[in-house]
Amino acid sequence: MVDALIGLAAILAGISFLLVLWRFIKGPSAVDRVISFDGLTIVSITGILFAAIAEQRGIYLDVALVYALLSFLGVIVVARFLERGF
Amino acid sequence: METFLDLIGALLLVAGTLFLLFGGLGMVRMPDIYNRIQAGTKATTLGTLLILAGTAFLYPDWSLKLLLIGLFLLFTNPLSSQVLARAAHRIGMPMTSKSGIDRLGEDRPGHHLPRGGSGRPGACDSRGPGRPAGGAHPV
Repeated sequence: MVDALIGLAAILAGISFLLVLWRFIKGPSAVDRVISFDGLTIVSITGILFAAIAEQRGIYLDVALVYALLSFLGVIVVARFLERGF
Repeated sequence: METFLDLIGALLLVAGTLFLLFGGLGMVRMPDIYNRIQAGTKATTLGTLLILAGTAFLYPDWSLKLLLIGLFLLFTNPLSSQVLARAAHRIGMPMTSKSGIDRLGEDRPGHHLPRGGSGRPGACDSRGPGRPAGGAHPV
């Protein structure tokens, strides 16, 4: 029961990853692509959490934390670039 | 060995991924960039927090790290979405014509956003009387 629910949750996360990836590919402007990159990072953090649950290794959570930090810095830098650079 | 806490954790995981799914659906379906920022940030933030809580129910030893990731996301996600929305407004990304009010454009003269054509025509007739009727000033 619990394993089936976790598998269902992982499948739903994969579907949402594909939805956000569709906006990342199609997005008409650069800001669309940046916000879909942000969404992709958030869904990827949940993917790392699912990997940690599947492998039962808590060290993956450090990877998730560093990944969240790097994506935040990347989004801020790209937003500042869009604001000044055009 | 399945306990009651494991069941609660798995249900929280499913609820969180449902919020992620709705956020992704909103990011595909919403008509302009500001609505996409709303859908893509708020729903996914709540979904990720629910997933972190579910993982803490499944593995109580990881609670400290999960709390740290949750606090970090809770601080940084609204900040990044606000910076992105401000950048989109400053470079003049068009709003959909279903959105009637642009208060930031009223505060900054000459920065009214152009209207996109994806909404119904005439849907923005309910503006306040003090608002300038223009709106096509590409920056």
